[in-house]
This record gives sequence, structure tokens and C-alpha cells, in this order.
Amino acid sequence: MTISPAASTGPAPANAAERAARKPLLEARNISKYFGAVVALEGVSLTVRAGEINCLLGDNGAGKSTLIKTLSGVHPPDDGTLAVDGEPVRFTSPRDALDAGIATVYQDLSVMPLMSISRNFFLGNEPTVGFGPFRLFDSTKAARIAREEMHNIGIDVRDTDQLVGTLSGGERQTLAIARAEYFGARVLILDEPTSALGVKESAFVLRHAIAARNKGLGVIFITHNVQHALPIGDSFTILTRGRSGGTFKRGELQAEQLHALMGGGSELEELQADLKMLARREEAGEDVPTVPLGGDGDIAPMMGENRHF
Amino acid sequence: MATSSAGVAPAPTPDRLRRIPLTQRMLAKPAAGALVIVVFVWVVFAILSTARGNTAFLSITGTLGYLDVAAQVGIIGTAVALLMIAGEFDLSVGSMVGFAGIVIGICATIWGLPIWLSIVVSMILTTGLGVINGIIVVRTGLPSFIVTLATLFIIAGLSSVLTSIVTNITYIPIAPDRIAADPLAGLFNWKFSFLIGTQTTDFQASIVWWIVIAIVGAYVLGRRKFGNWIAGVGGSPNAARNLGVPVARVKIALFATTAFSASILAAIQSTRFSSADILRGTGMELTAITTAVIGGCLLTGGYGSVAGTALGALTLGMAQIGIVYASINADWNKIATGALLLTAVVLNNWIRRRFAGLR
Repeated sequence: MTISPAASTGPAPANAAERAARKPLLEARNISKYFGAVVALEGVSLTVRAGEINCLLGDNGAGKSTLIKTLSGVHPPDDGTLAVDGEPVRFTSPRDALDAGIATVYQDLSVMPLMSISRNFFLGNEPTVGFGPFRLFDSTKAARIAREEMHNIGIDVRDTDQLVGTLSGGERQTLAIARAEYFGARVLILDEPTSALGVKESAFVLRHAIAARNKGLGVIFITHNVQHALPIGDSFTILTRGRSGGTFKRGELQAEQLHALMGGGSELEELQADLKMLARREEAGEDVPTVPLGGDGDIAPMMGENRHF
Repeated sequence: MATSSAGVAPAPTPDRLRRIPLTQRMLAKPAAGALVIVVFVWVVFAILSTARGNTAFLSITGTLGYLDVAAQVGIIGTAVALLMIAGEFDLSVGSMVGFAGIVIGICATIWGLPIWLSIVVSMILTTGLGVINGIIVVRTGLPSFIVTLATLFIIAGLSSVLTSIVTNITYIPIAPDRIAADPLAGLFNWKFSFLIGTQTTDFQASIVWWIVIAIVGAYVLGRRKFGNWIAGVGGSPNAARNLGVPVARVKIALFATTAFSASILAAIQSTRFSSADILRGTGMELTAITTAVIGGCLLTGGYGSVAGTALGALTLGMAQIGIVYASINADWNKIATGALLLTAVVLNNWIRRRFAGLR
């Protein structure tokens, strides 16, 4: 199968009507979660279908993490329902969610740097040989499968006994994604997978999110980086202060509108105005303690190294 | 561009990998530093004691002597190492050695139970204390350092209280002929004595216990599913939990194992010395941690080895006995232990950075 880079960043290979007819893999309906007096989430809904990337966008503190933890079984919602394949479910532990095919890759908490690649890959799902007290961790099988799966995601390891700490951040994230796929995930929840990564590393991870979508998985991609979300998302769900800011299809919104909806829009405008003012003051020969931006004071170069997506 | 069905572009990584020679791969193991240290210590004391005209350190008698010392530390050290790899401490393990001995003493002498039953009761009660340690740590989420510091005092105090109720002294003598007649006690205090020239040499049961326990520990850590969980729990409890590892159960089981190892040492000591003493095991918690750290275990958990810990115990045993054979004042023992610990940690750190290629 030949896929051009352009096609792989395009929308999911299905037309809109076909997609709408499909049952959602995972659906959250009117989820609410309270921590004492704090409203973490109120009436939030989210849907993800097979072969679709749904980007969950929100500023820090918008409730993204709480929503993920609810979807992945870490804590049950106080109100509202979760449905898998249209059937209501109740998760009491991350294991329940995993058994239902919902795997979560956390920003920094998914791999153990001081364990080998193969042991990381099979943690919690160890293959065994033998019986009774002689049932052994099947390290040969683990090493073989880990090597194959790592090769499939484009990381060639000679020695799967190599510690994961020797891999780069992007490679660790993709290892976690490959592991989730290998163990039968149908829905992949990626929690800020690119927030700590550089440009190339981010691209590496984003490409694997697309690859997972193309294999027919449903992907929930959590980020506050609009530049990362826009090129890969099929739909966008906005969270602001624990409430839903609406769900939008691809192409319905521009980056500026997304920023405004996330609640960061006005702050960004203010920042931009401040920076322009500083630039003007420097042009006027005043002593400015900050380094101003070049050109027209456009905010975009600051927003991320990631405009080429 | 033609790629796999996933549509993934080739990764930029293969050209970034080097072929790693075997010696370097060996050095990347956690036990590598301990191996260097143990050879170093052996050579130093072999030279020092021979220079003083004493060849006992190199003799079979001397070797079996330091193996016995190493065994007593190593029995506990193995369990403590597994616990440390899972990211937890047990400072109460030393006081448990005293407690377990006192329970044997009280059961056997005051209550008149058979020795074997006293040992079984002591093992059950002490392991129970370990389970309590584990439950407190898991339920409260407090650092185990603090929790077991508290239980160290409580258990040590409990031993004193129990002993002063039944006797007025800090130890309980047990009749040697009862121990000799007991079917189970022999398992802990047998020794194989033989003559080398005119000198009687003892091969103590403790050495076999230590080797068996270390092999079981290494087997569990390296070859069993549970061993993978131990390292995972220590590496990141949250990630392990998210992957379906029963984190709380793993930790409680390891606290119980540590306590159980204390009760084995107590059985060995009280049957060998025909007495129970509340002061036995004092300070052993720190010696056990020392062996584990020399053996390459990280205080932060997630990394370490049982084989390395056994080498760490051997190092401490050699140093303790070697100082005597080298006619150095025994007061220097603690200084040597501290110096060895520091050297080992620096060496282990350097090896880990240099050879394991961690970022």
C-alpha cells in the first residue's frame, strides 16, 4: 500500500455519511465530576468513532486530565454515562477500560526508563512458558515480539534488553502507542503526547497517531497546542473551565477561532498587543528590557516551532 | 512513498545506533559495580593480612568465616533489595529480627511449646507485621521510610515490653538439649565441622540458606512475571497501575517477604546461640540497605539486582572479617563499610551513565 505524506495527513478514508452511520466506539454523555466543591467537569460529551481522530482541546485547568481519567477508568464519573459500542459501561479500574479496548498513553507516565524495552512492552501482560512454580516470563518471545513491533513503528533496536531510558522522548511515546495497539486497543487516548517534545520528535508521534487512525482505531488526542491538533484532527472538542465549548468538524474552524474558544484567544490578543507596543517603543529609541519580535510582531513564530504541520 | 500499511515514514533512528560490544553489555548490568568492588576488597585484605603474616583470610576457615557473616546480612539483604527495587524501604526489619527471636523464646520457654512450633508461630507473627507495614504504606500513601521508622520503634519497644513481662533480663535462654532434639531446629543451626590441620572449621547452615534465598530472589526478579511487576512498580507506580499491575498487592507481598526473611535469620540465630535477645538485628536495616546499594539498587526504585546484592553482602562480610585478620582495630570496620558504600555508589552511578547509555 502506498500512501503519500499528503494523503496520510488528510481526513479519514471514509465519507461523511458513512462515518455518521457508524456506531461510536466510545461515547461520553453528559459527564460530570466534582472534587468537593470544585466542579472539574460538568455535562461534557465526547464521541470517538473508528478511523477518526478527535482532538480534545483546552487550556491548562480546563478539565482535560479529569476527562481522560474518567474515560480510562481511573475515577468513575459522578454523573453521566460512558458507552462502548453504544452499550453503557461502568469502569472501576484502568484494567476494566483496558479490557474494553481503551488504552491511554500518558504524557510522561507510560514507560519505565530503567526497564528494558521488551520488559516495558509486556509490563502487566507478560507472556509465560511452563507451569506452576516453573512458569517463567518468556523473555525470548517478549524480545522477539518487542523487536518486531518496534521495527513496525520505525525504531530498529538491536538489543531489546536496552533500557528504555536510552530512547528519545518521541520514541518512548511511540513505544507506548505500539504497545497499546499490540494489546488490542480500539480506542487510543493520547494525553498531551507532544507537549514535552521537540519538532522532529513531535512529528514522529503525530505520524503514529495518524497511522493508528488509518488502521481503524479511534483516537482521542489531548492537547493545548492548536498547531498540532489542526492538521490531524477529524473533529475537535473544546473544553473550557470544565464545560464543553462545543464539537466541530474538520474545516469548520480556523486556528484563531479555536484559540478564542479555548479561552486563550483574548489573552493571546493582549500578548500580541503588548509585544507590538514594545516593538514600537524600541523603534522610537526607548530602552526596552525585553527582546522584541521582528517584523510585524506576529505572534505565530512564538506559538510553536510547529507551523510546518 | 512506499511504506508499511501503517503509512509510517521510516524513523530517523537506525543510523543513531551503535553496535555494543559484549564487555560493555556486561558492564551495563546493575551488578557490574558490585563485582568490581568485591574483587577489590578481596585483593586488599588478601594483601593486608598476608603482609601481617596472617594467611587465614585466604584459608578455607577464613573464607567460611566471612561467608557466614555475609550470609546473615545477605538473607535480609535479598528481601530488602527486592523491596527497594519496588521503590520502598523497610527500616523495621532489624527490630523484627529481635522480635522474631523473642517470640521463639517466649513460646518455647514460658509457654512450653515445642521449638519447631515456636519457630512457626514466630514466622507467622513476624510476617504479619510485614503485612501491616505494607498495608499502612499502601493505604496512607506515606513514604515507607517514615512508616517503617515508626514501626521500628514500635516493634523494638514491643520486644522489650514482652521480655520484661516474662523475665527481668533482655534475653531469654533456650535449653540447648531441647534445640538439639527438635526436628525443625536442625534445619537452621546444623553445621558441618571438619579439621584442617589442628583447626576446627565450621560450614554453617546460614550459608546454604543465604544461597538458596538469593537464588530464589534472583529467579523471581529475573524470570517470573512477578519480578517484572516489582521493577515496574518501582519504576513508576502510576504507570504500572495503568497497565493493570496490582501495585498494592506487590508492595504488601514484598513487605511480608522482608519480614519473613527477618524471621528466618532469627530462627538461625536463636537456635545457634540457644537464646533470644532483643538486641539482635539492631542496625541490620541499614546494613541490609548498604548491601543492596553496593549491589546496584537505586534508592529511588525501579533498578537493581539480587546477584549484585549478594556480592554486596559478600563485600561487607569480607571487610568485617578481613579487618580482624589484617590485625587492624575492629573499630575501623564501620569506617570501611562507609567508605565501601560511598565508593560503590559513585562507581555504580558512573557505570550506569557510561555503559547503560541512559539519557
